[in-house]
Amino acid sequence: MIRLAKSEKELKEVANKLRLDVIEMTSEAGSGHPGGSLSSADLMAVLYFRVMNHRPSDPSWDGRDRFILSKGHVAPILYASLAESGYFPVDELMTLRKINSRLQGHPVRGKVPGVEMSTGSLGQGLSMACGFALAAKMDGKKHRVYCLIGDGELQSGMNWEAAMFASQYKLNNLVAFVDRNRLQISGCTDDVMSIEPLERKWESFGWRVVTVDGHNIGQIINACNWAKRARTRPTVVIMNTIKGKGVSFMENNVAFHGKSCNQEEAVCAENELEEAMRFCR
Amino acid sequence: MSQMLAQRDYYGKALRALACREDIVVLDADLAGSTKTSEFQKVCPERFVEVGIAEQNMIGISSGLAAEGKTVFASTFGVFATGRCWEQIRLCAAYPKLNIKIVATHCGISVGEDGATHQALEDISLMRTLPNMTVISPADAYETYAATMAIAEYDGPVYMRMGRSPVPTVSKEGEKFTIGKAKVLLEGKDVSLFGTGQMVFNCIEAAEELRKEGISAEVINVSTIKPLDRETVLASVSGTGCAVTAEEHSIIGGLGSAVSELISEELPSPVQRIGTMDMFGESGSPAELFVKYGLTSSDIAEAARRAIKKKR
Ligand SMILES: Cc1ncc(C[n+]2csc(CCOP(=O)(O)OP(=O)(O)O)c2C)c(N)n1
Repeated sequence: MIRLAKSEKELKEVANKLRLDVIEMTSEAGSGHPGGSLSSADLMAVLYFRVMNHRPSDPSWDGRDRFILSKGHVAPILYASLAESGYFPVDELMTLRKINSRLQGHPVRGKVPGVEMSTGSLGQGLSMACGFALAAKMDGKKHRVYCLIGDGELQSGMNWEAAMFASQYKLNNLVAFVDRNRLQISGCTDDVMSIEPLERKWESFGWRVVTVDGHNIGQIINACNWAKRARTRPTVVIMNTIKGKGVSFMENNVAFHGKSCNQEEAVCAENELEEAMRFCR
Repeated sequence: MSQMLAQRDYYGKALRALACREDIVVLDADLAGSTKTSEFQKVCPERFVEVGIAEQNMIGISSGLAAEGKTVFASTFGVFATGRCWEQIRLCAAYPKLNIKIVATHCGISVGEDGATHQALEDISLMRTLPNMTVISPADAYETYAATMAIAEYDGPVYMRMGRSPVPTVSKEGEKFTIGKAKVLLEGKDVSLFGTGQMVFNCIEAAEELRKEGISAEVINVSTIKPLDRETVLASVSGTGCAVTAEEHSIIGGLGSAVSELISEELPSPVQRIGTMDMFGESGSPAELFVKYGLTSSDIAEAARRAIKKKR
C-alpha cells in the first residue's frame, strides 16, 4: 500500500508501481487488458494519490469524489489504484479473473470497495457520470465526478448524447478524461473510425477542453486544477498517451490490447518498470 | 471421434466461401479478429465495412444496405449484438423483414474470464421475442459452417449465436443444415434430452452416464430455437413422456422456455430445464464456471432422473 504521494517525482514512481501491479496481475491471470491499463497509469496515480478526495478506509464516505471507469476493460489499473491506496490488500490483486474472486474481468459495483459502477460495455460511462454529477447538483454537494473514456470508445454515439446533456445541465462538477492512445483492437483509431477533430467536437458540444501529455504528471495536475475552476461548463482533458507506456515492447503495440505477457515477457516488463521506479527515487 | 474446434473459426471459413457472392456485405464493430469476420476482410476488403465501436449504428447501416438488396452479415459479441441493439434490431431488421444476419460470437458463460459484462445469457430470449426473427444456435463448428451457408440462402432476418472457445464436434463435416429442423442424435425411450449449442455434447455425455444405470435417453440437437421444430419435439416427448432442456443461457426465455411452452400446451409432461438460473455470470475458467453454474453432463443426467421421477 502506498501512502498519499506529494511530489511529481513520487507520483511518477506510483504510476510505475501501478504498472508493475498490472503486469503481475494480468500475467498471473493469463488474460486481461494491459495496453490500455498502462496508458492510463499516470492519470490514475494523479487522481488516486493527489487530486481526488477519498477515504479508502471508508469507501462510501459521502463527500468522496466519484470515479467512473468507462473503459471498463482496463479494470486492472483501477484495481491496482484501489489496492495501492488501501481499499483492499495488494495481495488480492493476484486473484484477478479467477473464480470466486471479487476482482472480476470488468469492474462490478458492489463487489469491490471503491468501484462506483459496473462497466465493460463501452460507451456508457459518461452517461453514468452525468447521473452522478447531476445528483450532486440536486443535493447541493460539493464533490466532483471524474470519468475515464477510451478514444476508440468515443465512436459510440452514447458519449455524445451524454456530452450534450452535461453542457445543457451545466455540470461543472464533471471532468472527463480521454485516453488518446490512438489505438483500439483493430488498429489505429484513425483507420478504424476517426474521431477527429476531437478538440473541436467537444468544444462544439459546449465543453471546456484542454489537451495534455498524458504521461506528464505536472500537466495532468494542472488540468485537474483548471477543471476545478469551471463555473458553468463540464471539462474534458484530452490526454495524448502511448498504449503500453512504460514497457518497451508493449508501447504502441496493438497486440497487447487484450493479451497478457507470457512468463518471459513479464520478467522483461517487470525489470523495465523496476528500473524506471529506481530512476524516480 | 469428436474433435475440438472453435465455431467462430468455421463462421470465418464460411464467410470466406461466401465472398464470391456479390450481394454479401460483412459489417464489424472493432472485433473482426475475435468474430473472425477478418477472414472475409482478407479476401474481400471492398465488401467489408468497419463501423468502429458503434453497434447500434452497425444495425442501422445494415438495414439500409439490406433494403438495397444486399445480404448483410453483422457480427460482434452476443451481449452487444442483442442487448445493446435490441430496439435497432426490432425496427431495422425484424419489422421490415430485411436480410440481416446478426451473427454473435462470445455467447454463454464459457466466455469465462471477461466476466458477466461479456457473457450473453439472455440473447436467445431477447431475439426470440421479436416477430419474424429466426434464432439459431449451432452445436459445433461443422454445424456452424453449414448454418452460415443456410442463412445466407434464407430470405429474412436471422440471429445466430456461438461461443468463444473450441467445442467438441457432434456432427460431421459437410452435413446439411436445414433451418427449423431438430436432429435426433441418439434414440431413447425414457427421457428426451433437448440440447442447443455446445450443450448438445453434454447431453450426449449425460445419455452415456444414464445408459450405465439402465436409463435410455433420447438426445435431440435443437439448433434452430425459433421456429421450433414442433413435430420432432412432440414426437420425442410422446415416446419418452418427459424432457430435459440444456442450454448455455438463462433458463428464462431460451430453449427451455420454448420447449416448455410447446409441451405444456400440446402434451403436458414433466420438463426440467438446465441453464443458468436467474443470475449473472462471473469471471473464471469455462470449466469451473460450467461446474459452478450447473451446466455439466452430470447436472443434465441428474435433471433427467428428476424428470423421470415426475412422470405419472
Ligand atoms: C459496446 C462494446 N463493444 C465492443 C467491446 C469490445 N472492446 C473491448 S476494448 C475495445 C477497444 C477499446 O479501444 P479504446 O477505447 O481506444 O481503449 P484503449 O485503447 O484505451 O484500451 C473493444 C472494441 C466492448 N467492450 N463494448
